Amino acid sequence: MAPTNHQWRKLKNLLVQSVTCACALLVIAPLALVFFHLARSGVGSVNLDFFTHLPKPVGEVGGGMANAIVGTFVLLGVAALIGVPVGVLGGVFLSEYGSSKLNWWIRFAADILNGVPSIIWGIVVYALVVMPMKTFSAWAGGTVLGLIMIPLIMRTTEEVLLLVPNGYREAALALGITQWRMIVQIVVRTALKGIITGILLALARVSGETAPLLFTAFGNRFWNHNLSDPIATLPLQIFSYAISPYDEWHRQAWAGALVLLLLITAINVSVRLLTRDRFSRHGH
Amino acid sequence: MKWRSILNALMGSLVAMIVTGKASAQMLINGAGATFPYPIYSKWFDEYAKVDPSVRFNYQSIGSGGGQKQILAQTVDFGASDGPMSDENLAKAPGKILHLPTVAGADVLTYNLPASPKLKFDGATIVDIFMGKITKWNDPKIQVQNPGEKLPNMDIVVAHRSDGSGTTYIWVDYLSSVSREWETKVGRGTSVQWPVGLGGKGNEGVAGQVKQLPGTVGYVELAYAKQNKLPYADVKNAAGKYIAPSIESITEALAAAKIPDDFRFSMVSPPGEKAYPIAGATWLLVYEQQKDAGKGKKLVEFLNWAITQGEGMTSALDYAPLPETVQKRVFERIKTIKY
Amino acid sequence: MTESSLSVGSHALSAKALAERRLGDRAFKWLTLLMALSVFVLIVLIGIELWLGSHLAIQKFGARFLTSSEWDPVKERFGALPFIFGTLVSSGVALFIAVPLSIASAVFLTELAPPWLRQPLIIFIELLAALPSVILGLWGIFVMVPWLREYLFPCLKSALGFLPLFQGPIYGVSVLAGGIIIAIMIVPIITSVSREILRSVPGLQREAAYALGATRWEVTRIAVLSYARKGLFGAVILGLGRALGETMAVTMVIGNRPEIAASLFAPGYTLASVVANEFTEATTDIYLHSLFEIGLVLLGVTIGVNALAQVLLKTFAGPIVTR
Repeated sequence: MAPTNHQWRKLKNLLVQSVTCACALLVIAPLALVFFHLARSGVGSVNLDFFTHLPKPVGEVGGGMANAIVGTFVLLGVAALIGVPVGVLGGVFLSEYGSSKLNWWIRFAADILNGVPSIIWGIVVYALVVMPMKTFSAWAGGTVLGLIMIPLIMRTTEEVLLLVPNGYREAALALGITQWRMIVQIVVRTALKGIITGILLALARVSGETAPLLFTAFGNRFWNHNLSDPIATLPLQIFSYAISPYDEWHRQAWAGALVLLLLITAINVSVRLLTRDRFSRHGH
Repeated sequence: MKWRSILNALMGSLVAMIVTGKASAQMLINGAGATFPYPIYSKWFDEYAKVDPSVRFNYQSIGSGGGQKQILAQTVDFGASDGPMSDENLAKAPGKILHLPTVAGADVLTYNLPASPKLKFDGATIVDIFMGKITKWNDPKIQVQNPGEKLPNMDIVVAHRSDGSGTTYIWVDYLSSVSREWETKVGRGTSVQWPVGLGGKGNEGVAGQVKQLPGTVGYVELAYAKQNKLPYADVKNAAGKYIAPSIESITEALAAAKIPDDFRFSMVSPPGEKAYPIAGATWLLVYEQQKDAGKGKKLVEFLNWAITQGEGMTSALDYAPLPETVQKRVFERIKTIKY
Repeated sequence: MTESSLSVGSHALSAKALAERRLGDRAFKWLTLLMALSVFVLIVLIGIELWLGSHLAIQKFGARFLTSSEWDPVKERFGALPFIFGTLVSSGVALFIAVPLSIASAVFLTELAPPWLRQPLIIFIELLAALPSVILGLWGIFVMVPWLREYLFPCLKSALGFLPLFQGPIYGVSVLAGGIIIAIMIVPIITSVSREILRSVPGLQREAAYALGATRWEVTRIAVLSYARKGLFGAVILGLGRALGETMAVTMVIGNRPEIAASLFAPGYTLASVVANEFTEATTDIYLHSLFEIGLVLLGVTIGVNALAQVLLKTFAGPIVTR
């Protein structure tokens, strides 16, 4: 007897479930491989010294990347100060206001900016910040990372805001609250989890950037005492060590990459936890 | 809320860490440039911090070109370069820039063959390989120089640097010095248009390429080859002897090289008997007239220390120190720096 | 600000209160507009910097820059064609691999995965967006490329060798390896954004489909994917942007040979890679200006590809209602 339509549909269902599961696994596989390679090569060098000591020359035991770890936080902080307000508010504009023509052009420009290689951003900020200041600085480094984040956050914010059903907006307006209040307290709040994912993704993306920081933050083997001085960051330190001839420095580079990933996870998890209770939506 | 206060405490301590650091009044002197001497410079600066704790030298390896650009733009206090600055660039400087050689290193020919035999090459053979004229390992030109080894019938794959670098400069400088054809067709530079071959980024890119594909040949810095246990070849020098690359043979090359007054020199294919032909020096670039008196004084003190004490630390890291005669000349030149 | 907002039903607002409300609205609108316009400012800044930095090369080479295949720093003859080719091909391959995988994984994570598996996988994928490009590049040349050279590429060659795409000598480093590594880099971003998009589809849509008797897959297809189509496309564009600009990881595995070849096994070179490789060492003016011009060309390629994507969106996505 030929399979009924019902059986056919059930079969398709099963097929698709297996295929998507396989895809997810295929996606995870190389990422997991890299992570385990990283963990295996670097975990030996992740010790207390790593978190508390400054880099030491090759041949000396006990060097660490303490200044790079703090430096990464500092730069991410400056970058977030620039990237988050501009990106989120810009995304709000794209989704809630504006004409479709203007918005199309803004969106197009943002997509272009997302495709600019980070080294070009570095050159631009070098000309705009480093040359007038006549020095490399943490400000320049934070600026370039923040600028890279802007179009990314803007687009992800817009996309999730657009998916908030109109009914919410209309209900709020019907109750008489002002438009800006409606946007901030109803729409943004509903989409907050998605917006935060976008921000975290952008932070994760820029935290691994090396090329633009070569011409802006420059790097520093010592502690940074002044934001107008060069500053060390994990990606820069990882990069210098990774391309050196020395095995010991290679291991520190892998350790640095591992620590960077763990830092980002820590940021991700803590931000998610902070915003979980109040804003969880039913279902997911 | 509990999480909030924990976060606040963390932020507070972070800020405190940064702010209290401000308490120490240390001078920070920034330098940028070549990647090749990064390990030895970082060793020097670390040791010097113990000698004079009131100053910190922060050196970043952004590349020789970067070092030259930044010293011209005066965004750093000193530069470092694997290749001397051209007349064109020196003319752009707001003041006179001095070239001070510090250490020397060498490029070696590394390869991936089963059983890693110890091979010998002369300049003409290397040129032919890199021009794509010799394509098989068992080519008679290679075989005749290595009579004891049975070379396989494998294709030669060439690996070179894709990024601009002093290492490449030394390599093509050498090839140009032994072959007119290379000099006219390809020439010298930190980046060139390679006739054949795959480009790897950095020493690690070339080494990675050589390691993963049997039959590949490439060039890397001696320090890199030694640290990563790569096999490398002996090369025939201008005096006709096959010399293995080592600290000693590089120092011999330095001693035999002709060094003009402004210290801008090339040391490939020098006349010495025991000299390794593919070597090059690296320079520190400083202004003769220092802008800042305080920084200038500290910089000069460091340079004097480096040329005397620092040179003793080089061999442990696989760099060749300057011979005595050259050290004296550099010492005299440092005296001319005004601040 | 008067708090009569919620009690407006019973009495009218005073003129003062109304004016205040309008001021608040106007101020907010202008604030967000200003922020959104920043993208134009940034593009103009980048364009100006690149233009200023490349004028010598533009003057010297003109349109030849786009058609010449020479890249000779010693003789100072530069042409961008092989890099344009490399960028387009490697990004194309990357998207071809990454997009179906990412969207399928996003579907799996939101709709079909068991709850205990969901959160750890999500965190894992997102944290890999932070993987420094240089680390992935090192893993690529030391682990991935040897594996490709020994297993995957010969398999592809024997299975699909009749196509010119899969012919020629296999070195390991190749345009295909470059495409694969870019795919690995962009998968986290496409997956995460797609996941957020799919998650934001209102439950009502799904429930309506279930009510009609659809299977899980049908619910996903009918209610979720169609509703989220535009958002998913946005996620893909984000991935594309990243692909075009990716530098460090690609340059370690692509072979860095400025040549145009039909085979995916041949080495190649991308616009972003050549800038990353040679920028810090470029000492002569014309060399530096040519590299800036490469940056300008990349900006042009990005604009062109994005414009093409927008045209495709209009053609295929049609009248999708998202608001």
